Amino acid sequence: MIRTPLRPLARILDARAKGQNPDAIERENLRVRHEQMRDQSRGRAEGRLLILGAVFLMAFGTVGARMGTLSASTPEEPRTAYTGSSILAQRADITDRNGNILATNLATHSLYAQPPFMIEKERAARKLVEIFPDLDEKRLIKDFTGKRKFLWIKKKISPEQMQQVHDLGEPGLMFGPREMRLYPNGSLAAHVLGGTSFGREGVHSAEVIGVAGVEKAFDSFLRDPANGGEPLRLSLDLTVQAATRRILYGGMKLMNAKGATSIMMDVHTGEVISVVSLPDFDPNDRPRPLTTGDQSDSPLFNRAVQGVYELGSTFKIFAVAQAMEQGLITPDTMIDTQGPLRWGKFRINDFHNYGPQLSATDVIVKSSNIGTARLAQQIGAEDQRTFLTKLGLLEPTALEMVEAPSIKPLLPPNWSELSAMTISYGHGLSASPMHLAAAYSTIVNGGYKVEPTLLAGGRPRGERVISEETSAAARDMLRQVVVRGTASFGEVEGYHVGGKTGTADKPKPNGGYYEDKVIATFASVFPAHDPRYVLIVTLDEPVETSGTEPRRTAGWTAVPVAAEIIRRTAPLLGLRPEIEPRPVYELTRVNN
Amino acid sequence: MTEMVYGAAPMRVGDPVLPRWWRTIDKWTLSSVLLLFSIGLLLGLASSPPLAARNGLDPFHYVERQAFFGFVALGVMMVTSMFSPDLIRRLGVLGFFAAFVALALLPVLGTDFGKGAVRWYSLGFASVQPSEFLKPGFIILAAWLMAASQEIGGPPGKSFSFAIAVVIVAFLAMQPDFGQSALILFAWGVMYFVAGAPFILLIGMAGLTMMAGTVAYYNSEHFARRIDGFLSPEIDPRTQLGYATNAIREGGFFGVGVGEGTVKQSLPDAHTDFIIAVAAEEYGLALVLVIIALYAVVVVRSLYRLMRERDPFIRLAGTGLACIFGVQAFINMGVAVRLLPAKGMTLPFVSYGGSSIIAGGILMGMLLALTRTRPQGEIGDILMRRGR
Repeated sequence: MIRTPLRPLARILDARAKGQNPDAIERENLRVRHEQMRDQSRGRAEGRLLILGAVFLMAFGTVGARMGTLSASTPEEPRTAYTGSSILAQRADITDRNGNILATNLATHSLYAQPPFMIEKERAARKLVEIFPDLDEKRLIKDFTGKRKFLWIKKKISPEQMQQVHDLGEPGLMFGPREMRLYPNGSLAAHVLGGTSFGREGVHSAEVIGVAGVEKAFDSFLRDPANGGEPLRLSLDLTVQAATRRILYGGMKLMNAKGATSIMMDVHTGEVISVVSLPDFDPNDRPRPLTTGDQSDSPLFNRAVQGVYELGSTFKIFAVAQAMEQGLITPDTMIDTQGPLRWGKFRINDFHNYGPQLSATDVIVKSSNIGTARLAQQIGAEDQRTFLTKLGLLEPTALEMVEAPSIKPLLPPNWSELSAMTISYGHGLSASPMHLAAAYSTIVNGGYKVEPTLLAGGRPRGERVISEETSAAARDMLRQVVVRGTASFGEVEGYHVGGKTGTADKPKPNGGYYEDKVIATFASVFPAHDPRYVLIVTLDEPVETSGTEPRRTAGWTAVPVAAEIIRRTAPLLGLRPEIEPRPVYELTRVNN
Repeated sequence: MTEMVYGAAPMRVGDPVLPRWWRTIDKWTLSSVLLLFSIGLLLGLASSPPLAARNGLDPFHYVERQAFFGFVALGVMMVTSMFSPDLIRRLGVLGFFAAFVALALLPVLGTDFGKGAVRWYSLGFASVQPSEFLKPGFIILAAWLMAASQEIGGPPGKSFSFAIAVVIVAFLAMQPDFGQSALILFAWGVMYFVAGAPFILLIGMAGLTMMAGTVAYYNSEHFARRIDGFLSPEIDPRTQLGYATNAIREGGFFGVGVGEGTVKQSLPDAHTDFIIAVAAEEYGLALVLVIIALYAVVVVRSLYRLMRERDPFIRLAGTGLACIFGVQAFINMGVAVRLLPAKGMTLPFVSYGGSSIIAGGILMGMLLALTRTRPQGEIGDILMRRGR
């Protein structure tokens, strides 16, 4: 290629030498270059335009070919927009361990209006108010005659109401099929089940979503069509639940308590057989949460799971079991119970003075704060904390309710020796009754960790926390509490009840403790020699007034209620009473 | 002598305007456009009465409006096609600035027709969508800038025009109107390609797009769902697309017969975005292929004539106009047959729409003006073998 210079310098110099103006030569040169560039770019553009044209031809050809294949294929049958039956029985049932229905679905209808199709709007509003007295006639007329094209009138109506509305003959009032959640047992197990509400709503169907309890915790499982409508089987026993609720309700009224809760748990699997929290509510008509005041006074509040209380002397068995497990004591070791026990400026006292020494068994039987505090001193704060963690008392429970994971026990900010001493008799650490039930199950079942569950079948056996021997000794101590200790009202003939009472003063909202308000708890196990179930009964602010002065201790309040629950439900659970034949030579004293 | 007495007979400097116009205009393109417009009217007779009935109007209300606006548009097209390229350039640039101001003022003065996007000015009897008029203006301006950049010592027109395109896209995305933004970017890209974009850059951009698409597919659930839904052979027959597909299948090769179609009853956009489905159902594949062929003729004929064009401005502007016209038709029909993901776009000259058909008339008029036969120095080519 021959390089041409940008400027024709030779010609310009030549022209200058001849005295001519070189501008004309420059312009001529520029024009020629310009022409060349144009030709060059045109040549390039020609190829690219060809490419563009080919691309467009191919694109249009593809569209044409696609149209051709579509035209050659056969059209689909037109389908209707929806099938009414598909929305029914979407959400799986919930049953108890025996297959009794706890929650199921009911086909019903919602009522909506499309004012543009309505003919006699005022009459329709008047008649609707006659059928549904809670509607407001003026408001309806305003909605019907205004600009609205669509409005919901009722979310769930009965077949009778539907017929009545139908009979109005108003074309603008329409019904949409609905699936409604029904709890046939009313308030039984209300807190466990929680409740549902409508999620996204359409004319043809509405989503039913869980708002609390297992309905929310298992929401995706219940709504999963892949399960084929298989029900969710809970560990609850409907019969036991019903009996327990009745007795607990009666006990709560008799003991003038403002609230009560009970938990019955299988000690081996952690299955919750019954859980009652009073006052309760009807999940078919779930009340609104309180907007003012203390949420724990709402019937929605689940005391068994959400209530964290200082559970008092029921904790003593943990200190004693740990001391035995670590080999510090045996059941017969004598422990100094001389009071008061001073630690810094604090003094620890017993309810009564139990003399200078008690055996370890008697520390539990008589419920000596000083005795357990001394054991806690021997154990040490760090070891105590480790042991209580192993029992699951310091973490939220694994219970399958949406409320459970957020309920964390309240711990002392720094776990000093004094904290260890008070925690050993159940003060300074607040846990829920569900925590207590699981920890007691662990102590009495032979020493295997138990985590509570609401699903039938329970959980596999956990790791070992204490030895078989320690567990047996603890069971024996608990039995002695009922035979000759603070829980003597707890004896149920033939069921060998063991247990530990706990009476804790209620803390005031702004520091200090009430003198006259207690949380009375009885943590029991039956049968004590071959434990099957743990029963926790907790009464909130009970007062027993049959005597000369009001009695508030658990032995007088929670224990008799628990005994009655065991008496009534143990046979339902298939436990046979073991009644030892009385020695024939015993004389029966008869008063004349 | 006679001249001295009576004065010279007035002598024309050039040819008479109309004969020259008729001699130099691209008659293939012109007849295709006229045919497309007539087909549009014919389909409007079928597709719009249900809509008119729904809105409580005279059954042929929309057809009458379409005919009125269509003839206005054809008039505009004829007049525009008589302009010289210089006049086109001047008016196009002025029109661009006017449309751009209108677009920028949309958020303040525009009307939201309950569709969630402010794209229109309401003029009472009709509504105007400035972005429709912006497209031809932008193409003219960008072609001018790019052509200027090819002059010796010219301004960096390619960068300028890209900056303008980005600003317009930003304004359009604010509305939001991603379809029009894509068209603007596409037009700029085509012109840049013809103006001599380096091939390395093109390959790099194609690679980047592929990579970005892959990354988006694997990282964005929304994007992946759109693409999966588009790729899956199953189609929900209750969607607009489902109705359209079914209509094309119902139509078969020769259609179910004039007025016998049912898709116009169920599709709300039967007269605009899915008019091709109406055509396919009532007149069958035969008419659809005719329509496709007419669009292809317009695009390919224009590009072919531009290949011989020596003036860079005319070449670039013509390319941009022809391509934007063709791609709009392609996208509209591609959506209906599910070659492309759903995107609302009108079929030029066939779909109903006042401002779109008048803007289409301007666009087509400009294209016709630019593709008129002009002396291209063929003698020079032959004698001097230049440009080869």
